[in-house]
Amino acid sequence: MADIVIDRIRKSFGAFQALKEVSLTINDGEFVSLLGPSGCGKTTLLRIIAGLETSTSGDVRIGDRSIIGLAPKDRGLAMVFQNYAVFPHMTVYENVAFGLRMQKADDARVKAQVEKAAGLLHIEPYLDRYPNKLSGGQRQRVAVARALAVEPKVLLMDEPLSNLDALLRLEMRTELKTVLQSAGTTTIYVTHDQTEAMGLSDRIAVMHNGVVEQVGHPVEIYNHPATRFVGGFIGNPPMNFIKVPVSNGQVAAGAEQLAVPDDVGNEIVLGLRGEAVELAPLPQGIEMKVRVAEPMGSHLLLTGSIHDQPVRVILPASETVKSGDTIGLKLDRRRITWLSPESGKSFPAVSA
Amino acid sequence: MTQNRPWIPYLLILPSVAFLALLFVVPLVQTIWLALSDNGAPSLANAERMVTDINFTRSVRNTFLLTIVVVPVQIAIALAMGAMVSKVGRGRETILWIWTIPLGISDLAAGLVWLSILQNTGYFNSLLFSLGVIGRQASWLSYQTPVALFIAIAVAEIWRGTAIVMVIIVAGLNQVPKEFKEAAEIFGAGPWTRFWRITLPLIRPALQSALILRTVLAFEVFAVVYALGGRNFPVLVGEAYNWQNQNQNYSVAAVYAVLIMIISLAATLIYLKALKVDPERLP
Repeated sequence: MADIVIDRIRKSFGAFQALKEVSLTINDGEFVSLLGPSGCGKTTLLRIIAGLETSTSGDVRIGDRSIIGLAPKDRGLAMVFQNYAVFPHMTVYENVAFGLRMQKADDARVKAQVEKAAGLLHIEPYLDRYPNKLSGGQRQRVAVARALAVEPKVLLMDEPLSNLDALLRLEMRTELKTVLQSAGTTTIYVTHDQTEAMGLSDRIAVMHNGVVEQVGHPVEIYNHPATRFVGGFIGNPPMNFIKVPVSNGQVAAGAEQLAVPDDVGNEIVLGLRGEAVELAPLPQGIEMKVRVAEPMGSHLLLTGSIHDQPVRVILPASETVKSGDTIGLKLDRRRITWLSPESGKSFPAVSA
Repeated sequence: MTQNRPWIPYLLILPSVAFLALLFVVPLVQTIWLALSDNGAPSLANAERMVTDINFTRSVRNTFLLTIVVVPVQIAIALAMGAMVSKVGRGRETILWIWTIPLGISDLAAGLVWLSILQNTGYFNSLLFSLGVIGRQASWLSYQTPVALFIAIAVAEIWRGTAIVMVIIVAGLNQVPKEFKEAAEIFGAGPWTRFWRITLPLIRPALQSALILRTVLAFEVFAVVYALGGRNFPVLVGEAYNWQNQNQNYSVAAVYAVLIMIISLAATLIYLKALKVDPERLP
């Protein structure tokens, strides 16, 4: 079993707290992304798990064993680096074989494992070449093959796709998912790219300023962000936040009255996904002033304001709204997230 | 721009080419002619005079011995220094600055510094005396103590000439992204394996430059030796100097000069061959 338990890890660089008591459990065989903007501490956390960085306090366990004092090589994990870190002075074969050679595996096993990993990543034709002759995507495959060849209990990936161009990134993303699913390796994947995290992960841990803001299934995080930060970071366009007045435990959205959670003040923040709306006649719908209408082909992107606060919404491509129009919107009440204006934290979903 | 006037690059290069041709190639040809001629006719008389001189064999042996001892030690120390300083965060620049101080000292001055330490009334004897190790002044630099003299010269040369090797090696080490070492560490390589299998191959170009530079300079060793040993420890350049100035025989001095050049070229070729840098295998 390779459950990973990250237990109250803290890390300070001088006065700067890079990680403030991060706890997270990753189940055996699971693919978990650490997602967040640069400087949120995600890479530091990964490096602490790898043993390349020491934590200020806290524990990391794999299975039941604390690994915090162990050397990186004794932790039973493998890692894929952002810049690949494929050794330029070794052939692709020797690169993939590197971990096995360090384990003093016999030649037959090395050969078998290298061929298996190379097969998974489709790099058999390049085994005799030097990495310099390979493209970025091929080098990344070599790096992944090198990691998988040692059959690690845990695979750590640090922004592995961010050096690739957009098209290649999409292709590698799909392929990574296929390969890792079949390998069944517990994977921790660091990225700042939310589409990557959404597409690949079983669960996502969204990090911000050294804390985990939310852990959950990609769809759950997307629909019900725990904090304003998460809602704003995930999704394109990001979630809209509209501060609205509360009267008698209700918020007026055009002709409709929306129930809000108990015990809120006289204002609340309405978190709204851009696509959780449909066009409605005024005054039944809530009023939106459209500043710019951008037909995107697959959909229509509208930028404007509701209650004088900036919003972005998405309508079907078939709707005909022009820049400068004033329109009415009906909100999908099941997909509304209510957030506290003070703390920025969301309230548990209310039944309508 | 330059497509229309293809002669411009050549024009810009011309002064440096002319300068080198005038002040390097011409004297080189003259020296070779001086070495290999006698009274205006080609002759090996000067070479014969050189090899039959009683100091010739000693100077060749001394120079090679010094090079063989000094250069590997310098490379090893420079590697150790480079590896150590790469682990240092704060104060790294200051440490490098202090380490490179010997670079700014002329070799004669360096020789005199070590002379003031090692001469009979020098600091080293004072220290030994105050510790009670010796009862009276000991002599380290005389012809009666060839081993001590050799060690003294080697130490002075190592002290003086390691900085340049260190600079080149540190530059080389800086070129190696830390992820290579981290990847090696994760996949199970210990410190020694990382050094031998990852770091050393990756700094091969720097190592090659440092070896060539240091070896060529080691064959040209003179001022430090002269300051510490005088003619008690003959070396090739020292002999060239003596034939030129004491004996006023420019032709034999020229043969020495040519010999040193041939040895340096041979050493360079050997390094280029032995440490072949394949651009395909660089980061």
